Amino acid sequence: MIYPDKNVIVSEVEHLVEKYGFGRENLLPILQEVQRKFGFISDFAMQEIAHRLDIHPVEVYGVVTFYSFLSTEPKGKYVIRLCKTISCDIAGKDAIARTLERELGLKFGETSADRKFSLEFCHCIGMCDQGPAMLINDQVFTKLTPSKVIEIIENIK
Amino acid sequence: MPIINDTIFFDEKAHGEALEKALKLTPQEVVMEIRESGLRGRGGAGFPTGTKWMLALSAKADKKFVVCNADEGEPGTFKDRVLLSEYTKLVLEGMVIGGYAIQAQKGFIYLRGEYAYLFDHLNTYLERMRREKRLGNNILGTNYSFDIEIRLGSGAYVCGEETALIESLEGHRGEARNRPPFPVNTGYLGYPTIVNNVETFACAYIVMSKGAQWFSKYGTEKSKGMKLISVSGDVKKPGVYEVPFGITIKELLELVGAEEPKAVQIGGASGICIPMSEVNRNISFEDIPTGGSVIVFNKERSMLKVLRNFMEFFVEESCGQCTPCRVGNKKLLEGVELLEEGRCSHRYLNELIELGKTMQIASKCGLGQSSPNPFISIVTNFKDEIMSNSIRGNNGK
Repeated sequence: MIYPDKNVIVSEVEHLVEKYGFGRENLLPILQEVQRKFGFISDFAMQEIAHRLDIHPVEVYGVVTFYSFLSTEPKGKYVIRLCKTISCDIAGKDAIARTLERELGLKFGETSADRKFSLEFCHCIGMCDQGPAMLINDQVFTKLTPSKVIEIIENIK
Repeated sequence: MPIINDTIFFDEKAHGEALEKALKLTPQEVVMEIRESGLRGRGGAGFPTGTKWMLALSAKADKKFVVCNADEGEPGTFKDRVLLSEYTKLVLEGMVIGGYAIQAQKGFIYLRGEYAYLFDHLNTYLERMRREKRLGNNILGTNYSFDIEIRLGSGAYVCGEETALIESLEGHRGEARNRPPFPVNTGYLGYPTIVNNVETFACAYIVMSKGAQWFSKYGTEKSKGMKLISVSGDVKKPGVYEVPFGITIKELLELVGAEEPKAVQIGGASGICIPMSEVNRNISFEDIPTGGSVIVFNKERSMLKVLRNFMEFFVEESCGQCTPCRVGNKKLLEGVELLEEGRCSHRYLNELIELGKTMQIASKCGLGQSSPNPFISIVTNFKDEIMSNSIRGNNGK
């Protein structure tokens, strides 16, 4: 099931609002959990959250589109973010980028058709002393080499 | 000659007990101790911490907040990650001390989304503090109660700016506010709020534990204490270094084993790039201020490629709210492209430098005001290299 059922979203949002509270200041934690659970924040989910928090859906849309870790389009189960900032670049980011593209059959910015992988660049992830580095969801991988990347991808696949 | 081999952060036995000491004093006395130490904000801007806390203490409100800025997004900076993961006590108890000093009831750690893997570790530590009565109701048997909640960021560099961070905490887009009013008066949900860097709280802990006198022995006249520096790039020993303020770039390069350096970027993407002829300058608020990022480039590196990397960063991370930053950074990036193609005349380059200076004055927040720094310093300090591309193009090599 690629697009979650509306009832599932309604009950999830209800649960999250109960957990965090009705105040606007709880919008970001709620959005982060929806993103984590469904891989994206659909129009319907945004409307439902807005309704529950008693704010305009456009307010929610504005927030979702501002933050790079929140998305309105479905993302893969594993979101791979390779750091492209200068320290990781110097350390050999390009070879890692080519390996990832080749092994996943994806270009940067794409999500695989089976929604397993999304491949993205990101800015500095604070691993500059151990570059090149990447994040897979919340996990960090450092001192990458092409063969290390192949191993990591094989383990997930 | 600065004392280089001393360490306070990395020697747990030397940390002492700051919370016990602080809670025996009045909030005013804690603030005075911090003021006397000369501690200045470690995020890079260097606002005197004692003054910030005093303003928040004297603000009248029924609620006050403490925010720990753990949105460490500056390229090349990773000292906060090390503090949060390995010296957690310094940071979290430093927050409790800050809370007591301004009489706040609640604190937030705004942890960047990229560091989400530290969330569980921090939460476990908070739980432990609550069990040991170092957090929660009646801390250490006193009348003071304070609790800390962790909030995650979602991948926006601009949220490291304090008012953008507060906007984000309130559930909005991370767009900077006009200042004044300052957060010490009108912060989170309109209540007085102090926003301090992770390292600042750790320093506050050390000041309370060791005393203001001890702390102000280190450093220079206007930059007291020690600074954590994150070193990366072309060096033998990358990592986090603890150095006293006033250390020269030359001394630092020797310490970290720089390999045939050509340029040193100090302060991350929003910092400045200096050539080897200026390595006798020092790291301090008087000379080169920094949040702690040092990136070394060797002779092989193309400075134009470095500059492009930084400009792409700012174009993508500008929140788009104010024109000088939104449009200015785009123009500077286009300038880099012209330089790569060898089509940027000297006259146009000077116009771009003037544009950069306008952005420094006219942008709304720190991001826009500092974003032209790498452009101006790289094209000024490495002009011959930057202007050497032919019109046929050799891609900055």
